Amino acid sequence: MTDKFVSIEGIAKRYPGAGGATTTVFENLWLSMPRGEFCCVIGHSGCGKTTVLNILAGLDAPSEGAVIVDGQAISGTSLDRAVIFQSHALLPWRTVLGNVAYAVSSKWRSWDRAKVKAHAQTFIDLVGLTGSEHKRPSELSGGMKQRVGIARALSITPKMMLMDEPFSALDALTRGTLQDEVRRICLETGQTAFMITHDVDEAIYLADKIFLMTNGPGAVLAEVVENPLPKDRGRTDLHRHPLYYALRNHIIDFLVTRSKTFAAEKPGHDPRNVPVVHIGKPGLTVASDAKPEPLKETSWPSLSRPSTSS
Amino acid sequence: MTASSLRLRAGLVSIVLLAAFLGIWHLATRSAAPVATMSPEYAKLMGLTATQGKSAMPGPLDVGAKLWEHLKRPFYDNGPNDKGLGIQLAYSIARVGTGYLLAVLVAIPLGFLIGMSPLLSKALDPFIQVLKPISPLAWMPLALYTIKDSSISAIFVIFICSIWPMLLNTVFGVASVRKEWINVARTLEVGTIRRAFTVILPAAAPTILTGMRISIGIAWLVIVAAEMLVGGTGIGYFVWNEWNNLSITNVIIAILLIGIVGMLLDQILARFTRMVTFPE
Repeated sequence: MTDKFVSIEGIAKRYPGAGGATTTVFENLWLSMPRGEFCCVIGHSGCGKTTVLNILAGLDAPSEGAVIVDGQAISGTSLDRAVIFQSHALLPWRTVLGNVAYAVSSKWRSWDRAKVKAHAQTFIDLVGLTGSEHKRPSELSGGMKQRVGIARALSITPKMMLMDEPFSALDALTRGTLQDEVRRICLETGQTAFMITHDVDEAIYLADKIFLMTNGPGAVLAEVVENPLPKDRGRTDLHRHPLYYALRNHIIDFLVTRSKTFAAEKPGHDPRNVPVVHIGKPGLTVASDAKPEPLKETSWPSLSRPSTSS
Repeated sequence: MTASSLRLRAGLVSIVLLAAFLGIWHLATRSAAPVATMSPEYAKLMGLTATQGKSAMPGPLDVGAKLWEHLKRPFYDNGPNDKGLGIQLAYSIARVGTGYLLAVLVAIPLGFLIGMSPLLSKALDPFIQVLKPISPLAWMPLALYTIKDSSISAIFVIFICSIWPMLLNTVFGVASVRKEWINVARTLEVGTIRRAFTVILPAAAPTILTGMRISIGIAWLVIVAAEMLVGGTGIGYFVWNEWNNLSITNVIIAILLIGIVGMLLDQILARFTRMVTFPE
C-alpha cells in the first residue's frame, strides 16, 4: 500500500458511560485506502462502523488519533467528501432539482442560477431521473429518493464518497439496480468510495476490499479481505466465479462466529498490521478454518474470455 | 359517497341548525299578550317589556335590523361614545396587528437563538416558565404606570400575550430540526447564516406558523378584555359601552363580529401555515 489516499491513524471513540466510566466503542483503529478503490466495511451493529464513517465525513470527531485524506489531516466536514445517507436525507421542501442544486451552489458560490441548474441537471440525468426534476421527494419512491441522494453527492465532484448503508431501506430489486448504477458511476469516474453495509453480497459485488470489524464495544478491524473477483464482474454471473463461495463463506463465517471470538482467538492482533486475506491465492492462508473448496469448476467465463456481463 | 356530496349535506345540516337556533330564539323572545291594563301614558313610560310582556332580550329580528343599520354606516363618527362598528373594529385590529407584529419580530429571532443554543435554552427556561402563565391583563397596571398611555399599554398587553406561543414553538421547531438535514448542510460546508435560512427556517416553518396561529387567537381574545379596561375606542370598549347603555342588541352584534373577525384572522394564518408545510 504505497498510495495512501485515505489513512485512518489510530483513531478511538469513547463515550462517558454510567458512573464516570467510559465506554470505548473502538480504539487504535488503523485503516488505509488507495485512490480510486471501493471499500466496504462489514460488521455487526454497535461495532462503530457508522462512527468511523462519520469521523471520515467530519461529522464526528475521534477521541484520539487522526484521519488523513489526500495528504491532509481532516478537521470537520468538507466538500471533498460527499456522504450518501442511509435515510437519503433529502430536503422535503425542495424539488429534485432544488436538492441537487443546493449542493452545487454550496460548492460553487459564484455560479449563476443557470450554470448551477445545468450542472445539477447533468447529475440528475446521470442517475436516470430525467423528467422528475420538478417532483418533490414525497412524490418519489424510495429508490428514486436514494438516486437523488447519489446525484447530490456526485454533483459536488468529491474526492471520495462515503455511504452509510445507502440501500438497506430499499427492496431487493431496486437495491440491485442502484448497486449497478453506483458501480458503473464509480468505475467511470474513478471515485474512491467507502461504504458500510450489512449485505455480504453487496460487498462482494461492489468492493475491491472488504474490511471486517469485530463486535463492539472494543471493536477492532480484524481483517482486510481482498476481493478476488475480476474488476469487470457482472451481477448475473458473479456467483459462478470459482472463488465466489470461498469469499462469501469466509465473510459469513466471520460474521457468524469469529466476530465474537476474534479477540480471544488472536491475542497478539496488531491493529497497525491487520492481516490481508487473499482468498484462494496459493501460499496465503485463509484465516478461517473453513478452507475454500478445491476448485473443480474452472469454466468461469471471464477467465477464458472477456466478461459476458451486459 | 363523494367528498362534494358530504360537503353539501354538512352545509345543509348547518343551515338547518342555524334556522332552528334562530327560530327558538325568536319564539323565546317574542311579545306575549298584554300583562296588565294601564293608562296609555303610563304604558308609554313603561315600554313594551311591561305592557306587551316582551322579553328584555332582543329577538333575532331586532338584532338583524340593528346589524343592517350598522352595516349601512360602518364608519360614522359622532364623537367619543358613538362611532361606527367599522371604526371600532379597525382600532382593535390595528392594536392587535401592532402588538402581534412586534411580538413576531422579537419571538422568532429570539426563538431561533434559544433553539440553536442549548446553553441559552437552559438559562432562559425558568424565566419563560414563570412569565408564560401570567394573565396578560395582570400586566395592565404596570404597563399603564410605566408607559403612561392607555393605547400603547393595550398594544403592550397584546405583545406580551402573543409572544409566548410563538417563542416556544420557534424554540421547539428549531431545536427539533432533523439531524440528518443539519448533517447535509454540514457536509456541504454551508455557513451558519445560510444554514439557518436554507435548512432550519424551512424545516421549522410549519411549527413556527402553528405558534403564530395560536398567538393571533390569543391576541384577539385578549384585546376585547384589554379595551374594556382602557376604554376609548375598540370593539372591547364598544361592548362595555353598549352594556352601560343597556343595548343588548348592540352587545350581541359585537359578539357576532368579534367571532367573525377572529375566524378570519385564524383562517389567514392557517393559509400561511399551509403554504410552508411540506409533505414528507
